[in-house]
Amino acid sequence: MNSFGPIKTIAKRELGAYFTSPVAYVFIVIFLLLNGFFTFMVGGFFERGEASLANSFFIWHPWFYLFLVPAVGMRLWADERRVGTLELLLTMPIAPWEAIVGKFIASWLFLGLALVLTFPVVITVNHLGSPDNGVILAAYVGSWLMAGAYLAVSCITSAITRSQVVSFIISVVACLFLILAGFAPVINLLQNLTHNWPWLVDTVTSFSVITHFEGFQRGVLDSRDIMFFLSVIGFSLFTTSVILRTHRNS
Amino acid sequence: MIRVESLTKTFGNKRAVDGISFCVERGEVLGFLGPNGAGKSTTMRMITGFLPPTSGKVTVGGFDITEKPLPAKKLMGYLPENAPAYTDMTVHGFLDFAAEIRGLRGDAKKSAINRVVELCFLASVLHQNVDTLSKGYRHRTCFAQSIIHDPEVLVLDEPTDGLDPNQKHEIRQLIRRMGEKKAIIFSTHILEEVDAVCSRALIIDRGNIVANGTPEELRQKSEWAGAVTLCIQGVTVAAIQEKFNMLRSAKKISTTTNGSHVTVTVFPRTAGDGDLTREVIAATTGWPVERLRTEEGRLDDVFRSITMPDTAGKEVK
Repeated sequence: MNSFGPIKTIAKRELGAYFTSPVAYVFIVIFLLLNGFFTFMVGGFFERGEASLANSFFIWHPWFYLFLVPAVGMRLWADERRVGTLELLLTMPIAPWEAIVGKFIASWLFLGLALVLTFPVVITVNHLGSPDNGVILAAYVGSWLMAGAYLAVSCITSAITRSQVVSFIISVVACLFLILAGFAPVINLLQNLTHNWPWLVDTVTSFSVITHFEGFQRGVLDSRDIMFFLSVIGFSLFTTSVILRTHRNS
Repeated sequence: MIRVESLTKTFGNKRAVDGISFCVERGEVLGFLGPNGAGKSTTMRMITGFLPPTSGKVTVGGFDITEKPLPAKKLMGYLPENAPAYTDMTVHGFLDFAAEIRGLRGDAKKSAINRVVELCFLASVLHQNVDTLSKGYRHRTCFAQSIIHDPEVLVLDEPTDGLDPNQKHEIRQLIRRMGEKKAIIFSTHILEEVDAVCSRALIIDRGNIVANGTPEELRQKSEWAGAVTLCIQGVTVAAIQEKFNMLRSAKKISTTTNGSHVTVTVFPRTAGDGDLTREVIAATTGWPVERLRTEEGRLDDVFRSITMPDTAGKEVK
């Protein structure tokens, strides 16, 4: 059967739901304010004198997403279970994975929209100098993929519980792990502790979004990095479907 | 259309549904009765494919719900308990979503929405958000969702719960009309509804089917079925009891006095026995009988005596 129809219908509904509640607007405003503040004030965009966005703009994204993406993803399944519409959704003539993918796509597109709305930064940097717009585009793609990975993790935590708050907290902790595994101070600590096993450090850092996001920031679209984000998404969505099935079985 | 074969569901150690089997054909409205926690909702959730059964089989229109869920679900409309609906949508948006996910597009979608809006009297709230609706309207919105694709099979979990008497009447009428062409299962606590709507009723208790039949047949199981109540003036209770105790078909007699009026109820030995009425009439010849009525049997009485065998019937002694 054609899966495109159901996925599109669910994604459309979900996307509409963001914009009928204040969540979408609050999220976008906060995201843009944070971006502006960190890029120009903390990141010292003007003082740097570089025609680049890597160190002043994109470098903050893993940290913004840490709190903002779980806020977007927390309601995906938790709310559906709390209100009871899950029963409605799963008795419709659609496969559960279509519902999971549809809902994920809607939220991911929404995050993409928020990301696109940061375009004034690109205009600014183009106005002041002549940056490599290919690098900027690659970094945007990377940032969006990273947001997708966080979002997929939030899908899991949202499916675990009926409570959005619990979902949010667990998902922040899980995403924090994804960041810290590649965060310089943590890597140093690991190296000091385990200097006999460099492979352990490599394994841990290979799970970090920061490690994989770095390439994109430099304008390198490495297939391994793309695969990393896509496989986190795929694995998380699969886990979500297992969790939803387990709930119905017990 | 719906075939349920030794369906069982266990939650941990608890058997919520214990090997029940039944069928519902096209043109039938099956009333699903039982006390709270008897397994009604669990059974319906298994029929609609929301819960996988622990063992047993459900087929809808020939499709096994666990093996071929999509074609089975296509044939079905489902109103879950408590009528959930997306609170962040308008009624129209919600129905539009339901129609689209059922594969309706364009004009077919538009006319389907118009049809259910009319059937469920939703026109006045069409552009209102679902979370601002009163309970009755929300219930009807979810009901509208279940019939939007004009399904051949309808599973309704307490469709009249929380509605006012007029709305209850409308929904019952609707279910009965649709029941002529569809196979419908609906659960309820309200016994009068069974009479008003069902062609057959099923009582389940602690996961088992304890009674299955038309409302008529179920009523016959009541000790009230065929009982004769009469009101007599100016005859002593002792004289009445003496006379009625001699009746061949009478099992027991209860009397209440109100001044010089005595109200007597004579219960038949075998429920639904028509002979008792004739015998009572013959026995009371010459007495000033003011009223005489043959009881039809009471569903609530049957319900109680089946689901609570220890306590039922005590108050009539």
